[in-house]
Amino acid sequence: MALADVCGFDMRNGNSRLKLGFGEENYDPSLNDVLLASESFTVPRGVDIAQNLARFTDEKSNVKIHFDHGTTTLAFKFKGGVIVAVDSRATAGPYIASQTVKKVIEINPYLLGTMAGGAADCSFWERVLAQQCRVYELRNKNRISVAAASKLLANIVYDYKGMGLSMGTMIVGWDKKGPGLYYVDSDGERLPGNVFSVGSGSVYAYGVLDSGYKWDLSVEEACELGRRAIFHATYRDAYSGGVVNLYHMRETGWVKVSQTDTAELYYKYRAEKK
Amino acid sequence: MEFMTMPTQQAEKPIQARFSPYDMNGGTVLAIAGEDFAVIASDTRLSQGFSIHSRDTPKTTQMTGNTVIGSCGFHGDVLTLTKVIQTRLKMFSHIHNKDMDTTSIAAMLSTILYYRRFFPYYVYNIVAGLDSEGKGCVFSFDPVGSYERESYRAGGSASSMLQPLLDNQIGMKNQEGAKQVPLSKAKAVALVKDVFTSAAERDIYTGDGIVIHVVSKDGITTETFPLRRD
Repeated sequence: MALADVCGFDMRNGNSRLKLGFGEENYDPSLNDVLLASESFTVPRGVDIAQNLARFTDEKSNVKIHFDHGTTTLAFKFKGGVIVAVDSRATAGPYIASQTVKKVIEINPYLLGTMAGGAADCSFWERVLAQQCRVYELRNKNRISVAAASKLLANIVYDYKGMGLSMGTMIVGWDKKGPGLYYVDSDGERLPGNVFSVGSGSVYAYGVLDSGYKWDLSVEEACELGRRAIFHATYRDAYSGGVVNLYHMRETGWVKVSQTDTAELYYKYRAEKK
Repeated sequence: MEFMTMPTQQAEKPIQARFSPYDMNGGTVLAIAGEDFAVIASDTRLSQGFSIHSRDTPKTTQMTGNTVIGSCGFHGDVLTLTKVIQTRLKMFSHIHNKDMDTTSIAAMLSTILYYRRFFPYYVYNIVAGLDSEGKGCVFSFDPVGSYERESYRAGGSASSMLQPLLDNQIGMKNQEGAKQVPLSKAKAVALVKDVFTSAAERDIYTGDGIVIHVVSKDGITTETFPLRRD
């Protein structure tokens, strides 16, 4: 009997739930309605899901659900580990819904995920990933590799392919093989690489990143390159902005290096030009 | 709510009639977190298109002794969602012999909303209350469960009018040398009344009155304040 069974950890139907002392016999079936509606996915009947959701994003519709979109995120490997830098703006159509979004998702002390595309899709599925990684750790007495973690996520979202999920993420970590960096998206793509940038501002970020990127960058230089690339993306891409959040992945796990308002960076970089 | 006929691009394609289970009933909610209190308010107008259905329908629901949720969007979904939350909270309190705290309610609401990712609740939510340390907290949500803790937030039809005012008056955004002074309860309530009065002046879906809840360690006090009824 595995530890999971002793603890009552139930993985049936892919729905893990700790049974909180309910015996099956005195479980009130009328609660099923609420549990069914709030602890498993509800899908409309006889309707194409992606098509059904498309009308919420239609400008002419009077019921508009603007999922938060628009982002610049980047991550790159170098001699000293991996740098992850992101902006913090969430837009709903032309409206800036938030300037304080945390687009780096802290999965565990050795894994980070980034958020581009649907904010809820990224945070929910990377939370599921965090749970799966923890279960892996308990079963195997070893941390999960970055390759395995990113493949877990890619396989999960592949199951939902064609249902309108929107997610472009980079999974960053450190395992036995050293620094790890994978790009995973909701189409089911999964690629390892040294330099990635995702989101509407990624083209601008790549421009700065590629011109300054070297493997032998010092940690300070690498941090500055990440910050500068995000700043220039926020400057040109209206859907990106707010603050630059910067993380550094090392052998001992990640550290949050800095959080800098782009207004502050604007004056800093302008002074450098003179 | 109506049966909608969707126009198609090509004439030879059959016209598809389908049930549109959503509507927009307007309304605005607003929450502000203070050091040891939280204020959450909503207007009381319920409308559909250009007609006003009700002038006395607050969009806030008290969930526990120190948590209030404000929800607006499609009122049908608001009713279902608040029912689901209240049931989950009741189950929790029977199992654990205590109320769920505000932070946990926010996390639970996020998953409840996400489990309807493929058939969303058309509801914008704001959760306000006290956290486990007794500090005021506000959480704002998108319809599919993305959420964030903030110190103030406006949601709903007039959110794009209220939020910039709050950025200026509470967030002190982009004001050089402006000092962040701790917000008092009285100042917060006065501010809520002012910004709603302004929103009612320009937003047709906001008006009639507001309900203001102040959550503090002594419990929740509720007051009402009239707005334009035109």
